[in-house]
Amino acid sequence: MADLVQVSGLSRYYGKQCAVRDVSFSLACGQVAGLLGVNGAGKTTLLQMLAGNLAPSAGRIVINGFDLLQQPIAAKRHLGYLPDTPPLYLGLTVTEFLRFCTQLQGMERLASKKAIARVLDQCGLTAVAKRLLGHLSKGYQQRVGIAQTLLHNPKVLVLDEPTVGLDPLQIREIRELIRTLGQERGIIWSTHVLTEVAALCSHVHIIHQGAFVFSDCIAHLNSRTEASALWVATAHPMNSAVLLAIPGVVAVEQLTDVRLKVHHQAALNPSLKIAETVAAAGWELLELTPVYPSIEEIFINVTGTQPL
Amino acid sequence: MKAALPIAAQELRLLFLSPLAWVILAVLQLILAYLFLNQVQIFISLQPKLLALDQAPGLTDAVVPALFGNAGIILLLVTPLLTMRSICEERRNKTLPLLLSAPVSLTELVLGKFLGVLALLGLVVVLVTLMPLALLVGGSLDFGKLFANVLALMLLVAAFAALGVYLSCISPHPAVAAVSTFGALMLLWLLGWGTALGDAPDAWLAQWSLLRHFQGLQSGLLDTANLSYFLAFCLLFLWLSVRHLAAERLPG
Repeated sequence: MADLVQVSGLSRYYGKQCAVRDVSFSLACGQVAGLLGVNGAGKTTLLQMLAGNLAPSAGRIVINGFDLLQQPIAAKRHLGYLPDTPPLYLGLTVTEFLRFCTQLQGMERLASKKAIARVLDQCGLTAVAKRLLGHLSKGYQQRVGIAQTLLHNPKVLVLDEPTVGLDPLQIREIRELIRTLGQERGIIWSTHVLTEVAALCSHVHIIHQGAFVFSDCIAHLNSRTEASALWVATAHPMNSAVLLAIPGVVAVEQLTDVRLKVHHQAALNPSLKIAETVAAAGWELLELTPVYPSIEEIFINVTGTQPL
Repeated sequence: MKAALPIAAQELRLLFLSPLAWVILAVLQLILAYLFLNQVQIFISLQPKLLALDQAPGLTDAVVPALFGNAGIILLLVTPLLTMRSICEERRNKTLPLLLSAPVSLTELVLGKFLGVLALLGLVVVLVTLMPLALLVGGSLDFGKLFANVLALMLLVAAFAALGVYLSCISPHPAVAAVSTFGALMLLWLLGWGTALGDAPDAWLAQWSLLRHFQGLQSGLLDTANLSYFLAFCLLFLWLSVRHLAAERLPG
């Protein structure tokens, strides 16, 4: 199958400062790509270029077969874009706003009505359809922002931090929505939360100082980010020396009598052995969780093991 | 060019969502009605003397050019307030990306913004035109001259709007856009002000004056030079707006 998005050699300079440097990737139908990076890494600039809001300094973007620079209008028909701030006219109601968006897409009256009803339902906005956008909570505004990208049923969705500023319940709903939408589209979305990427992306691009430092499918990222430490908490004080003797355990950090961090070899997970040992000693296991490395640690890991 | 229409409609809707458009329409109508009645009053008081003259100016000559001239000056003050937010506010409210990522060309975007403002100004022109039309109850009008005045005012406000949209496009803040639009329009209005006295050194400047071309059309002479001046004025600033939006996306 042809790729929905093909990006090659993309760069963008602001004056002398380089925001995005020689980025290439592709996105096929059914793929959800997570764009991961700390603040200022170039995520937003890259997505703005994909959405045609910024012209690249160099490189090529092809969306569903149309070159974004040569045939911008044709390419944008297949594109839904949510900027980092949802682009809402706060004086309009949800329906009025969505109607304007369908008109921008050149949809006929009947098609527009159907599309609005569909996205209101998809994004759980039916109850607030007649409310003013300015009176909606941040979560609902974000959902309207996403709804707006779906009206013309685009093949490619570009979402800039869709889960920022939402409460955990809303984040879960948005993730579920992205997962559903991604089945028949190509989605690229940015975040700085690693667990979100792990939860629903098929591919990951880690961007650091404007360049991709990691770009692969999620399974390969998992092998790099596998936990190599465990939190252990018990009801009764533990003897760290006993745990240290378990094969695979490298070091034991005692935080309190009943809570410690066990570092182990990545290849050899001693969870089961630890549980058995604790049970045998009668310390009563309360918690045994892997410690996932933070995004900074992954950056160090990824940039350290892979030459730039 | 189809996509320009929803953008124009949206612009008009946004203008009417704020009290500004309503207040402007009301205040304009009040002031112009007062000036109009004054003019009619003067005509009535002079009518006995005018009857004695050959070639006396009629009702249309006495009322219409003065009314439309006043409307032009007042709209020069008001148009900057209507255009200041058109593109500037889109950028500040972060709604510009919505328009930029939609399958809409920059030309359509700028044209839509321009037509939206022009629709509101057109409404003002219609309301102004209704005043002399009310005289038909008790008199007759020279429709040719009335038409020339309506056309002149419409072209004038189109020029105001085009410059306003451009300055709104390049300004970081609506107030900056409003002040600079007002300043630029005032300067263009007054260009060659001194040439009325005869052989002034700035006579060539008068060629560029908005006032001069406006008055040329108002006299009832539909001169190609005047018509093309306004057309070129609008096209120039709309083109500059498109250029500016295009350049904004480029690296630099």
